[in-house]
Amino acid sequence: MKFNKIFHKTVLVVLVIYLLLPLAATLIFSIAGKWDHTLLPESITFKWYGELFSDERFYQALLRSLFLILVTVAISNIIMLPTIFIVAVYFRRFERILQAVAMLPYGIPPIVGAVGLIKVYSSGPLQISGTPWLLVGAYFVITMPYMYQGIRNSLQTINAQELVSAAELLGATKFQAFQKIVVPNILSGIFVSTLLSIALLFGEFVLANLLVGGRFETIQIYLYQKLNKSGHTASAIVITYYVIILLLTWIILELKKRPMQFQSVFGKRKQLILVGEKTEGFLKGEHK
Amino acid sequence: MRKLKKQKLFLLVLLLPFVLLVISFEFWPLFAMILNSFLADDGKTPSMIQYFTVFHSSYYLQAVQNSVLISLFSSVVSIIIAIITAYSITRFSRKIQDRMLMITNMTSNFEGIPLAFSYIILLGSNGLFTLLFAELGLDLFAEFNLYSWSGLILVYIYFQIPLAIMLLYPAYKGIQKQWMEAASLLGATNVRFWLHIGIPYLLPSIVGTLSILFANAMGAYATAYALVGNNYNLLSLQIASLVASDVALKPQLGSALGVLLAVTMLAAMWINNRMMRRIRRDLS
Repeated sequence: MKFNKIFHKTVLVVLVIYLLLPLAATLIFSIAGKWDHTLLPESITFKWYGELFSDERFYQALLRSLFLILVTVAISNIIMLPTIFIVAVYFRRFERILQAVAMLPYGIPPIVGAVGLIKVYSSGPLQISGTPWLLVGAYFVITMPYMYQGIRNSLQTINAQELVSAAELLGATKFQAFQKIVVPNILSGIFVSTLLSIALLFGEFVLANLLVGGRFETIQIYLYQKLNKSGHTASAIVITYYVIILLLTWIILELKKRPMQFQSVFGKRKQLILVGEKTEGFLKGEHK
Repeated sequence: MRKLKKQKLFLLVLLLPFVLLVISFEFWPLFAMILNSFLADDGKTPSMIQYFTVFHSSYYLQAVQNSVLISLFSSVVSIIIAIITAYSITRFSRKIQDRMLMITNMTSNFEGIPLAFSYIILLGSNGLFTLLFAELGLDLFAEFNLYSWSGLILVYIYFQIPLAIMLLYPAYKGIQKQWMEAASLLGATNVRFWLHIGIPYLLPSIVGTLSILFANAMGAYATAYALVGNNYNLLSLQIASLVASDVALKPQLGSALGVLLAVTMLAAMWINNRMMRRIRRDLS
């Protein structure tokens, strides 16, 4: 028993070190002054961050990324929300088709998606090749599985169909039922899938590089350009980028924990939530 | 009655923007790629020449082989590590479990260009470890080259492990305390419990996770691109350079490779789906 405990502890410690080591190295590298042939840097400096934050190109790239992301998630929300709602409540026979359509991009890697997008938009009637609008369209598609899952699960949890018929029975119009009853109730679910999409798009490189490249330099492209120039500045970018991602992930995890009580009240199907599960495993009991 | 019909029609009209976007950015490009893969180099004559080229060129077969090998190897190593670590995680208190999942979740976001960069800092030609080991006179990394097969494998394993743990952990939580109690009441030892109940129960999850990991590695592009540029013969890198590089554009051939990659990925996803149905009956 004692041996077991030591074993599991060792496993966890090694895992944490292994996972965090590259990050820690990047962090130290980004604040290192002179650093060669020693275990830890000889001096610490913030000048790489200073350089980064005074670089106009960095802000431009960040702004471009933000622009792309915000436009995409806005369009995605405005279009996906009513679509999924209408199909779930009024056209249940389309549900399977919608699911297949929405989940398909999950199985198609961006590198494959890029092939077709280049083919279709490099020539032809729509001249959006090389513009951010092509990226917005492509990003709409790659975030679709996450938006679909989030919105659909939320609609199921609140039992949207019954809610709407109840509201209509009480004299509300369809639109009122949607806007006043359904949307407020699934807001946190939408928020989670939106944040998830933002985090995904923030780290997106493949499509940005292949479809638009240097013509619309996003934060990932900027980082790639800097890789070969200054290691220290690049590590400052990586850390800045990662802090933003961490913040997003943290908010997502916190939000995901919450709707659990709500779910058990309604007793509907449990979502496949990795963190914040309420079930007590036997393993924990045995451990005591 | 007529009003109801009108309403339904109006609702259908509201679905139009979605249909339009999905057609223009999902189905049309996919369809164009498939169509393109059945054309000769001139982009007009229908032909099977692209697939013929792929299956008769040792170069492109090598790319497929490299991709499959790197994906298979990194997935198998990661799943073995995940089987052990996910189990270890479940042996700790709720609080530590949550914290560990937080760490895996957060490191799972660490991929692509930033990840490749971190590894360059650690193990690149002027990397911290590279220099440190050279200083200490350790030959451990003398043969190691980050910008090659072994380097790619190392980085692939790194980004697969958090994902593998996150996917496997819920399966461990599905093993009920009562099962173990019942088994031990009936006289089963710990080893026999795992042999006859635990592992068979986990098996679909393991196979399903493995297929997801495989697909994940097959489609990976950014990490490899940042490390080796177009200098290493991988399927995803080949596709990119055939459709979007400055030299030697061969979109039809790129499309054929793209179709092959998509088919592999969809097959992996299909396996995962089948396996998930075996454990979660509520899905079917």
